[in-house]
Amino acid sequence: MALVSLTDVTKSYPPADRSGAPVVAVDAVSLDIEPGDVYGIIGYSGAGKSTLVRLINALEPATSGSITFDGRELTAMPERELRGVRLGIGMIFQQFNLFTSKTVWKNVAYPLTVAGWTKSEIRLRVDEMLEFVGLTDKANSYPEQLSGGQKQRVGIARALATSPRLLLADEATSALDPETTQEVLALLKRVNREFGVTIVVITHEMDVIQSIATKVAVMDGGRVIENGDVFDVFSDPQNASSQRFVSTVVKGVPSPAELAVLRERHEGRIVTLSFRDGDASQASVFVDLATAGIEFELVYGGINDIQGRAFGHLTLAVRGEGAAIDAALAKIGERIDVTEVA
Amino acid sequence: MDRLFELGPEFWTAAGETLYMVAFTLLIGGAMGLVLGIVLYATRAGGLLASRVVFTVLNVVINFFRPIPFIIFIAVAQPFARLVIGTGIGNDALIFTLSIASSFAIARIVEQNLVTVSPGVVEAAKAMGAGPFRILRTVVIPEALGPLILGYTFVLVAIVDMTAVAGYIGGGGLGNFALVYGYRQFEPAATWAAVLLIILLVQVVQFLGNWLARKVMRR
Repeated sequence: MALVSLTDVTKSYPPADRSGAPVVAVDAVSLDIEPGDVYGIIGYSGAGKSTLVRLINALEPATSGSITFDGRELTAMPERELRGVRLGIGMIFQQFNLFTSKTVWKNVAYPLTVAGWTKSEIRLRVDEMLEFVGLTDKANSYPEQLSGGQKQRVGIARALATSPRLLLADEATSALDPETTQEVLALLKRVNREFGVTIVVITHEMDVIQSIATKVAVMDGGRVIENGDVFDVFSDPQNASSQRFVSTVVKGVPSPAELAVLRERHEGRIVTLSFRDGDASQASVFVDLATAGIEFELVYGGINDIQGRAFGHLTLAVRGEGAAIDAALAKIGERIDVTEVA
Repeated sequence: MDRLFELGPEFWTAAGETLYMVAFTLLIGGAMGLVLGIVLYATRAGGLLASRVVFTVLNVVINFFRPIPFIIFIAVAQPFARLVIGTGIGNDALIFTLSIASSFAIARIVEQNLVTVSPGVVEAAKAMGAGPFRILRTVVIPEALGPLILGYTFVLVAIVDMTAVAGYIGGGGLGNFALVYGYRQFEPAATWAAVLLIILLVQVVQFLGNWLARKVMRR
């Protein structure tokens, strides 16, 4: 059973002025998040991702539709009961949102106090969490004495203190430099693997999805326009918006402008070979071309690794006798996608 | 100048009265203002306990009383002071009036400082399952403590000023002393003695406030 299940969920805000139309932030979204998933939600700012994630822990009430967490319907639940549910859902933020007036130790202890743990239980758990994120020596520091990466690690320790089953990460790495981003992502991976915590990652950066997500939903204008396994969406994005996101991290098929440049630089025909996990190996393809006496040159593209599965697009400039090329391409085309682009 | 030494005992009594009025006003008015300010913050649109009715009523009431000049407010509040304290004149009646007047000003200062608390921090506490009252007590107020201390320091200085005005209408204290012995009896030395002590008092208060705020804010 899905840990989080959204069915036809809509969230709209009243219009800014009387005559205006209501602002629809999330539009008829249905999504199932299974236990153990690292579910990425990607979209440009204003696409509705942040609102969507706040519907899951009911910080924002849905306008219509149904949201269940762990089998319990949240949309009709009274606020007091929702607070209990939120104890089972951790959340981390782009701006970390640590309590600046409290030490690192007290920040991590806060949700445990809310949950009604005893002092001795809290002491053990906070120490344990600080050790997990590697900040034991910073227990008595205040947030402003920490670097961005350290702050987010405190945020993670705080969010996971009550052993929630679900962690919501709202642009958790967007304020960090690339190196620190990788550090925090690695930590989130450990959280998922070692504690079995399901994670929902909101981001506008495709490489975040590429590094940790197992599933992805692409949002645009409040709607989920595409979702599925990360490998499928990356290797074969179905619509324009997804393709744009994918192209930020995957060097795939050359754009018309790039193609024009390639055309100018290289003689002969230009073809794109699309490899997918499980298709013929590159070696066999290149052997076929070589044995047919075709001269080729790699001019564009790359091979990507997603969750240990490879895919990619390689664009070649091929020269040789026309008929031989046709025959060789036809042979290769039986095993992988071959597109003559110019 | 000799006259000033003659007035010594009256001077120190007046100083004691000022401190007495200031201290109690800060205690009572400060507490009422804190509550009103928190209610304003919590009930504003999008607040932890958003309530348009409560916010609007309180907002209008505060805006109604705040612009009344204090010296006139003393006259307006006199019947109420008589009702509550039993007398309309004297220091205790003035503490009543001062507390009411200052609580409205303090409410605004508290509200302004609480509004500066990062909404993200409040949201984080909400996401952890904390209820609104717990968030106000354990997150919002601690996060705003530094600015709040500075705000209260500002108010304290204003209250010292108000007690001096109160001296004009039936109150004691340094304001009354300066008025009675300095102004009416043509004894500038008495006036200046009162002024210097008030300046000293304000300096000490401001210094302590700054020191405490810096200690709390660590920013």
